[in-house]
Amino acid sequence: MSYSVTESSSRQKWIAGTLVILYAVITLVPLGWIMITGFKTPPDSISYPPKVFFEPSVEGYVNLFTTRTRVSKETLESLPPPTNFAEEIVRNREMVIAGPSKFGQRFMNSVIIGFGSTFLSVFLGTLAAYAFSRFKIPLADDLLFFILSTRMMPPIAVAIPIFLMYRNLGLSDTHLGMILLYTAVNISLAVWLLKGFIDEIPREYEDAALIDGYTRFQAFYKVVLPQAATGIASTAIFCLIFSWNEYAFAVLLTSGTAQTAPPFIPTIIGVGGLDWPAVAAGATLFLIPVMIFTIMLRKHLLRGITFGAVRK
Amino acid sequence: MSEKTVDRVARATPVRIARKIRGFSDRTIAWIFVGPTIFLLLAINIFPLIWTVNLSFTDFKANRINRAVEYVGTRNYERILNDPDVWLSMQATAHFLFWTIFFQVLIGFTLAWLINKKFRGNDLWTTIIVLPMMLSPAVVGNFWTFLYQPQIGLFNYVVAFLTGKDPSSFEMLGSVDLAPWSIVIVDTWMWTPFVMLICLAGMRSIPDYIYEAAEIDRASKLRQFFTITIPMVLPFLMLAVLFRGIENFKMFDLVVQLTGGGPGSTTELASIHLKREAFEKWRTGYSSAIAIILFVTVFGLASIYVKALNKVKER
Repeated sequence: MSYSVTESSSRQKWIAGTLVILYAVITLVPLGWIMITGFKTPPDSISYPPKVFFEPSVEGYVNLFTTRTRVSKETLESLPPPTNFAEEIVRNREMVIAGPSKFGQRFMNSVIIGFGSTFLSVFLGTLAAYAFSRFKIPLADDLLFFILSTRMMPPIAVAIPIFLMYRNLGLSDTHLGMILLYTAVNISLAVWLLKGFIDEIPREYEDAALIDGYTRFQAFYKVVLPQAATGIASTAIFCLIFSWNEYAFAVLLTSGTAQTAPPFIPTIIGVGGLDWPAVAAGATLFLIPVMIFTIMLRKHLLRGITFGAVRK
Repeated sequence: MSEKTVDRVARATPVRIARKIRGFSDRTIAWIFVGPTIFLLLAINIFPLIWTVNLSFTDFKANRINRAVEYVGTRNYERILNDPDVWLSMQATAHFLFWTIFFQVLIGFTLAWLINKKFRGNDLWTTIIVLPMMLSPAVVGNFWTFLYQPQIGLFNYVVAFLTGKDPSSFEMLGSVDLAPWSIVIVDTWMWTPFVMLICLAGMRSIPDYIYEAAEIDRASKLRQFFTITIPMVLPFLMLAVLFRGIENFKMFDLVVQLTGGGPGSTTELASIHLKREAFEKWRTGYSSAIAIILFVTVFGLASIYVKALNKVKER
């Protein structure tokens, strides 16, 4: 076996590994707590000391998706027996299901606005990134810096005039308005990331295609796009995660029809104070897609969060 | 992969070879491709920004549109400079910025250094550690208010367990002394992985032969750490710090959910102060001026950032 000076000894590795795993476990505790709280009953969730072991219940999820009204014992007894498990859980609290909650709709808004703005920003971003990567554009560096600088603006600082502008254009609280807004925020990331990915594709491929009689457009979508597919996919996931998580604009510019989940989840209230299991259930459903995407993205993560500055 | 493309190009050629018209010139295509992006940014970022500049010289109130708007010159700016509330929010922001960056660099760098020991399974654990930073700050902030509950919250319980205090004897979010630290803790929990990832990339970019040469010259491990690892990782660390600096300077969602700026205005960071002025007190003109000051500061940071970024790239 060869000896390497840069390879750590097995004892060092063991210590390093233990410490890192310890940190990882501690860092996961709050997340784990969110998830298990979603399966507690409201009394269990606010018990003292905090309960680690408890009888799991889906009451949080039932409360998340329904609105309920309290009824008297007599009315409760006069009702026909519950037809499903949700009814039964709610009846045990002397309530009846009054209808679906707004959560499903808010979640769908997040999906529509997220995917809409992701599609638009990746579409526009790919075109712009290709142009910046392949053509001589006057003042290209300044333009790129301008594009990046728009991302640096504090959202609240531009929210005032956007609020006024959207009010005049009738775009406030609409899906279209939010899609356009999130596209404008995401496009800087899309251009910067995609430019990096396209820069890595050798020009020779396109040159060959051009010599063989392809037009620029053909060379672009038949040669460059398939090569950039991985880059485009990871850029899209980054844009999606951003739109998904965005809160500042959502809370200021939407209140009803186009409200996304992040401003909605904290407003879930139960009878007598916050309904923590329902909040936790909403948070869990909302956070899990992002966790899955993060794991999918792990190879490009660094690149995405530094706007393509650091590549592995 | 590369062969496939070449093949595909070659296969398609005979059909296309007759085509003489090359379509648009490259220059036209460049503008067609870049144009929409620039237009969108002008419409949704630059136009509002110019509008903000304009508003910052008026006494406009967005909740009273029919009121006559007067230009007040630089009065809004003069007021801001003399407004103790603005200075308080700047102090809160500075406290938040300094301590979050301090802890994130300290813990993030250490973690990266440990992970770089390349123990078995380090990739898996890195991915797990990274999870918090990708999550929605508003939702996470909201949930941490639950963990911080004095009686029932897990955080207080754990602290009480470790220190022997009564878990209801302190309120992380409710007390003037602890609230600024409660937001530092959550931000550190969330963003330490960011600094860690960047430092790790820096450490992995150092070629082995530099350490081998140092070893031949009989430099101690400690000396290698200070003369090779630290200087080589420093540009990456700077980049991480700048990034966190910009992000935390405009911090809004996490903290607004955690404390809403309270108690009183102890955690009222610049963005939260701005939101209160603009959307609760409706002093649109005045808050526009604050927005401009914030923007100029961030823009300054961003310019430094881009220069640093280019330096990192050169390596």
